This record gives sequence, C-alpha cells and structure tokens, in this order.
Amino acid sequence: MALLNVKNLCAYYQTELYGISRTVRAVDGVSFDLFPNEIYGVAGESSCGKTTLIKVISGNVKPPLKALEGSVNYNFGEYKVDMLQASEDELRRNVRWKEISYVMQGSMSVLNPVRKIIKTFEDIVDTHEGIMDKDKFLEQAREHVNRLGLPTDVLNAYPHQLSGGMRQRVTIALATVFHPSLIIADEPTTALDVVVQRGVLQMIKNIQAMSSNTVLLVTHDMAVHANVADRVMIMYAGRIAEEAPTESIFNAPLHPYTQHLISSLPMIGERSTRASLKGTPPNLANPPSGCRFHPRCPYVMDVCRAEVPDLVSVKERHRVACHLVKEGSL
Amino acid sequence: MSANGKLLDVQHVTVEFHIGGLVGGTLLTAVNDISFSLENDKPEILTLAGESGSGKTTLSRLLLRDLEPTMGKVLFEGRDLSTIHKRSEFKEFMKKVQPVFQNPFETFNPLRRVEAYLFDTAMNFGMASNRRESVQIVGDALRNVGLSLEEVSRRYPHELSGGQVQRVSVARALISQPKLILADEPVSMVDASLRMEIVNLFRELRDEQKVSVIYITHDLATAYYISDRIGIMLRGYIVESGPAEDVLDRPFHPYTKLLKESVPEPTTKERESWAEPIELGTTEVKEYGRVGCKFAGRCPQVMDICRQADPPDVQVGLRMVKCYLYRDNSGRPAT
Repeated sequence: MALLNVKNLCAYYQTELYGISRTVRAVDGVSFDLFPNEIYGVAGESSCGKTTLIKVISGNVKPPLKALEGSVNYNFGEYKVDMLQASEDELRRNVRWKEISYVMQGSMSVLNPVRKIIKTFEDIVDTHEGIMDKDKFLEQAREHVNRLGLPTDVLNAYPHQLSGGMRQRVTIALATVFHPSLIIADEPTTALDVVVQRGVLQMIKNIQAMSSNTVLLVTHDMAVHANVADRVMIMYAGRIAEEAPTESIFNAPLHPYTQHLISSLPMIGERSTRASLKGTPPNLANPPSGCRFHPRCPYVMDVCRAEVPDLVSVKERHRVACHLVKEGSL
Repeated sequence: MSANGKLLDVQHVTVEFHIGGLVGGTLLTAVNDISFSLENDKPEILTLAGESGSGKTTLSRLLLRDLEPTMGKVLFEGRDLSTIHKRSEFKEFMKKVQPVFQNPFETFNPLRRVEAYLFDTAMNFGMASNRRESVQIVGDALRNVGLSLEEVSRRYPHELSGGQVQRVSVARALISQPKLILADEPVSMVDASLRMEIVNLFRELRDEQKVSVIYITHDLATAYYISDRIGIMLRGYIVESGPAEDVLDRPFHPYTKLLKESVPEPTTKERESWAEPIELGTTEVKEYGRVGCKFAGRCPQVMDICRQADPPDVQVGLRMVKCYLYRDNSGRPAT
C-alpha cells in the first residue's frame, strides 16, 4: 500500500503584471508513489521543479503557485488525506510535523538563535500536542535525543554554540519528535563539509532504519543518492525523466539525460576526459516542444520534437520517459 | 624578468586576524606559515582544497593583493606584492593575475549587459584604444572559452545559463592575457550538467593558452580530475601537498584520508563502507586555537607529541606531509 500517491500533478506559477501573463510550468504531469520504509531520492538540476514538487506534496501551495491538475493522496494507515483539498487548519492539526515533517537546508534559520534548543523543542511539542507535565516532557526530549545518538547537553546549548553538522542533526531530531510517517529532506547537506555531510546522512539513514518510515531526499548531488537512496527519481524540466532503484539508475540508466548525468561525474581515481552536455537547461516559462530534453539530446529523432514521451515501465519499478525506450523492452 | 624563474613564490606567509573588542579579544591565524611556488615556464593547475574555514579564501585574497600578510611574503615574477604601491604598478599586476569568482550571477550586475564588462576590461587595461579594436580582443577571448560575441551580445546575465555566464567571466579574466588565473570555487554554483564544461575549460587554458590556474575548491573529485598538484588545507595549514593523483590515490595524512573516504562516490559499490559510522564534534571546536596539530582532536592515530607542538613538514617522496607519523623518508608511518 502506497503511503503517497501523486497522479498527473501539474503545478504552475501564474503571474500577471501590467496585463502580461506568464506561466512557469514547474511541475508538469508528474505521477509517482512513495511506499513505507524506503528512502526515495529526487535528483535534478536547479529549476527542474524539485522544490515546487515538495511544496505541493507538503501542502504549501500559495499564489502565484497553483496546483491545476492531478491529485496528491496520503494514506497514513487509518487516516487518509487529499493534500490539495485539505484545509489549512486540518493540515496544521493532524498532518504537519505529526505525519509529515520537513528538514531544510539552512539549519541556522530553523532554530531560534536566542533560545536554547530545549525551548525550540518545547515550542513545537506545545503547539502540536500541548505539554501537560513539564518534567515528563523533559524526560521524553532527553530520551529522544539520546536514541538518535546525540549527547543530551545539546538541549541546553544555544544554536551558535553547536557545530554546523550538530545543528543540522538537531533539526533532524526536531523533525522526528512525533515519529512522522514521511520526512522530507530538502538539500539537507548542501551547505556542509564532506565529513559532516557523511555524518548527517548516516543519521538520516539510521532514523529511517529504526522507525521504518519514508524519507524523501531531495538533492542535486548524485553521489549522495548513490550512497543513501533506495530508489531515485530523475527530474528534468518539470517532468520525470527516469525512476528506478538506485542500482539500476547508476548501473543501467536508460534515459540519455540520466546516462549523461552519471557518466559526466568526476571520480577520484579516474581521470579520463568527461564531456559536458551541450546547450542549457530549458526555460520553464517557454519549454521546448515534445520531449523537453530534445534540444540537448545526442540521440534526438523527429518524433522527439513533436510528441511528449510517455513514462513507461520497462521492468519492475523502472520507469523511463524516452522515445528510444518502448514499453517492456530494454 | 623574474628573478628565479618562478611565476609565483609564496614564502612562509601567515595571516592573523584580530577577533573581539579593542581590549582583549583573540588572534585567529587564518593562514599559517604557507609556502608554495609556481614555475614560470611550466603552466600548471594547482588545487588548494579544504573544508570551510580552512583558510582557502584568505590565501586567495593574499595572492590577489587584497590583503597583506602578517608575516612572510608573496613574490610575483620576483616582485614582492607589498612593494606595489602605485596605481599603474597595481594595474600591471592585475593584468597578469586575474580572478574568477564563485557565483557567476553575482559577478555581473543584473541590470547591465554582460558584454559591457568585457569591453570595459579591454579598455581599462589598455588592451584596446577604441571600440573597434576591443571588438577583436573580446571576440578572441570569447572564442577561447567556446562562445562567440554574437551569442552574448545584447544579453543580460539572466538570459544566459549559469555555465555560460561563468564562461563569460573566465573570458573576462582572459582579456588582459594573464599568466595566472585564480579561481575560487568556480563550479560550486554551476549545475552538474554544465560543471564539466568549466572544468574542462581550465584544462584547455593550461594546455593551449599556457595559463597557470590556482583552483580553490572543496570538491576533491573535480580537483583530482584537473589538477597537476594539490595542497590539502586544514585550519590555516597545508597538511599535505604533492602531485594530485599521488596524494588522492594514496593519501598519507590522516586528515586527507578521512576527507577522501568521506567524499561520496557516484557509484553504488561503496554504500557499505561509506555508511560506517563516523564521529562528529558536538560543539564548535576551536581548532584554530589548538596547540600542536590542529587535527589531533579528531585523528584516529593521535599520539602525545601531536598535542604538544606543531608537526614539522616532512618530505616523503614527491610530497610534503605535516604529520608526526612520517618522520623518515619511507612513506610508511614511523614506529
């Protein structure tokens, strides 16, 4: 049973200024499922629609962003929510933080710089569940932090006293206080050093293994997906180019964009010349016709310019949107 | 022209910053006794790699004469940078050493066409005396980076892709025909599919234009890909330096080892070894202020002596390692 079912989602930014209307088709016909107990990676370049996708599935649709078509349905066991229909009040009471929580890029802007970490914990717990017994809360907070492998004295520290990696891990601890079914991590390690990045990602992996929930990991760094994600979705210009288990994405990619993305990554111990893709990422206000990758694709055919390729399943759990790949074939 | 055949000679430079109020406060040594040099007739790509706060950017400011060293000196073509005072002399220096910055969209004013910067640079450095001559020079510089004047003329920065704008900023740096380009994190803001075009460009500049490049980065994978030599920085020190392939294939210093292991590789083969738990510090550790080796607090092979005094630079083969483990010349830890 899928935890989240997204069907044919179209979310556009629509602006009108001095009579000139402009539509940026940031997410255009995206369908996918998230299952319990997995780490699902979303990869793509800047302005490919990653962040817009997260906004919609976490229920943050505010003008100029509009979800025009499609559906976003959650199934938290007994409790089911249609994200696009749910009221703000319901989301706040039952969904946010309890079922879906969010880990953002800059941990410094999540934590209040003039309050101790424990106070931030208190704020969140008080807002969502209310604190009856202060001592019991403190006990629970300590237990929670301990279980995640952080020392309890971080609770009594101010954010600036903690190192960058510890701050990010504290925000992850905050995001998991209510044991949510889904943790959305948006570029959680982008601003961190490599050693710290490794520690933070290890923690995310451990939490996922401990509570068997779902992690949606969004990052442009393919190397992170290779080491952390169970399944990976590659987005290009607002659409899914390819979705497969991590092994298949890295060892047998089918979409020309995925193939290029992976073969162009430099590696320590390998110095052969790596080519870069021709052309530039498309402008989503005026995307190319047909397959949006066609102006940069080395295997472009006539059909690519005219028709949008369907996202077809080539084998179990491996979907590709490319005219070169036919249903069920490899 | 140059005294000893060296293009750039950095001799024991140290930079200290004063942190805190007028009374009290502490000294922070951002760059600590660093020496390296570039040969005049052998263009190469030298990478300075390290994590945030390792002193990379302070060092690059020194080399651009944006900052004076507290101790030591920087010689460019045999001339001490601190003796450059006159505007005309500084201009001559700027002609030969050009920077490329991290974020291409911040390099250019969004309200100005990108070509305007190219023409301005050509005129300011006296490479051209009128517009017609500068068209020729700007066109040549753009061709060197794989663009043409037609592609960028009348365009604003937002109308070009990140990779293109970064190439324009490299073209701008090339106009004065520099001998050295200082690139501070030039690809970290550029999309993955365009990153390699910038990195490959530096390779071409070295091979075809005979320009030396100092490539400052935290990304060891691209550093391995393009550089001839590499220096690994930690809290103001260069802890290990030598030929890039050598250093990154078989790192000696425990810090380089940790750094290399932590770089996630874009393959699924090393998932398990990468997932081996590592220790992270809890609080902001004052590693700058530590006596002895700055890595001692995190080093798995720490010895008593490491906490007492700075380790010496040890020559091991072609490399320099700053670690007590390597006191003889064998390349194996001393026992």
